[in-house]
Amino acid sequence: MKVVKLSDLAKTIRSKNAGTDKITFDIIFREKANYELVKNSGAISKEKIARLYGIEENRISDFVEFDPAYAIKYTIYREKPSGSPGDADIFGSQQYPPLLDVEIQVND
Amino acid sequence: MTSKSLRLICPNGHLGFAPSKRESFDLGAKTKPDFYCCDSGSSDIGPGPLGGDYSASPYEWQKHDLEMMLVAARNQGAPMIIGSAGDTGARSRVDLYVQIIKDLARKHKMAPFKLAYFYSDVPKEYLKNKFNQGEAIEGLDGRKELTLEKLEQTNRIVAVAGIHPYIKALEMGADVIIGGRSSDIAIFAAPAIKDGFPEGLSYYMGKTLECASFCAEPYGAKESIIGEITAEDVKVTAMSPYQSCTVASVAGHAMYERSNPYFEYVAGGMIDMTNCHYEQYDEKTCQVTGPVFVPVEGKIKVKLEGSGKVGERFVGIAGVRDPYTIKHIDKVLDWAREQVKERFGEEGYELYYNVYGKNGVMGKLEPLKESNCHELCIVCQGVAQTREMAEEVTMTGTRQIFYARLPEVKGTAGTAAFSFDEVLPASAAYKWTINHTVSVDDPMELFDLHLIDIKEEVS
Repeated sequence: MKVVKLSDLAKTIRSKNAGTDKITFDIIFREKANYELVKNSGAISKEKIARLYGIEENRISDFVEFDPAYAIKYTIYREKPSGSPGDADIFGSQQYPPLLDVEIQVND
Repeated sequence: MTSKSLRLICPNGHLGFAPSKRESFDLGAKTKPDFYCCDSGSSDIGPGPLGGDYSASPYEWQKHDLEMMLVAARNQGAPMIIGSAGDTGARSRVDLYVQIIKDLARKHKMAPFKLAYFYSDVPKEYLKNKFNQGEAIEGLDGRKELTLEKLEQTNRIVAVAGIHPYIKALEMGADVIIGGRSSDIAIFAAPAIKDGFPEGLSYYMGKTLECASFCAEPYGAKESIIGEITAEDVKVTAMSPYQSCTVASVAGHAMYERSNPYFEYVAGGMIDMTNCHYEQYDEKTCQVTGPVFVPVEGKIKVKLEGSGKVGERFVGIAGVRDPYTIKHIDKVLDWAREQVKERFGEEGYELYYNVYGKNGVMGKLEPLKESNCHELCIVCQGVAQTREMAEEVTMTGTRQIFYARLPEVKGTAGTAAFSFDEVLPASAAYKWTINHTVSVDDPMELFDLHLIDIKEEVS
């Protein structure tokens, strides 16, 4: 077994507003094999995401494995609506970086 | 269906926000699409433009894209549809776009055509009447039912139109349509549904086209895309020479900016994409089959967006270099907050800090709790009812970072660096007060549709 980072397996890792009250995260793979690998590793789950971001699981509104696009997708409720005074990420586009270093166990 | 297929071109995912690319649009226009469609709206720009009634995009960029589309559409004699005029789709933005269309018609000496436009603004009285009739205004995305208090905090409300005003405008013979706030999907679905194409495929085509080249790869915004619908499928083709619509890019786009890739809600129902099937049709084209439209049971629900003013706002910026101060930055900011509280009390203002170098971007979501940076940038925002008070709150909140009392700090001549010793006026602070739905008997009751003859207006 070896450990690789999610950023070495995924083609796209991004976050963006989904409406005014939520931010949605997409982890997209080019190869089906990498998608299945990460999906089956258990490293990306509701529970793991909640722990990574330090939030309660009920702040995750959707968690979907989207086979047609080889993608794992989840959505969280914002603490306050986008663009409220004090909001530092009005587009929600810089909330994904903690995902880059998530470790995935891979068979040699 | 009046024909076997219908082809729509979309040059831009948000008309005016950044100018469309000319080459791919010209290549698309050369194929003579049946409709020229583009959405100009977004809630991404924050609540300020809707609440304060201004555009987020420069006038010249809006005019650039409208001119590019109008000239091509009128030369060809094809209809043109613009949704959510001027970023917010509020009344003043619709009027702005109608005026631009009139100006362009005169500039290019265009043959007469019919221009339809509609307003999406919702008067507060309309919703108060709903309250009085005991009807609930249901919250979206975990929000509670709308209260009278929230309504009173709101400066401006728009309803998000579905296909209905667009189909009505096309039936009235419109050559150009300028829409108020609308679902971006609806402006593409409307002409296809009007011509009798299946609703599932029609809405799906809208969903794919609404962000233009975001459904193509490699990544590149503001390039034209053409969608073609038949009774059996939707085909999407990238027009720019360097892009293709692939299975990966089109399927991937289905989830863009949406919380769930399988379901999409519009006024009148839901698009179910669970059984979508994607095929590479040719090098630049992806073919999609299988989306299904599920009509709403009971009354049609229309989404409402509302923005309310929080107050006037100033911004201050401070830098910190001392490692001891960086380590204790939370205590420093507590000190500064305390000084504001001593002057203004607990209420009547808002004070925010974004600490770049620590957790300025992610705030509480930041997993790295300790800063490894050798310097920090602190952005302070003060919000209050008057500009004078907002300025003083921000000035206190920023300058007191300089005077923070830390027991072991070596630098006793100031704990912060300023690149200028002042605070800057910013746009007023607003917040999204309404993200709700209202049930309607008639989907047109919220949309005020007009049709004018442009030649008469011009001459």
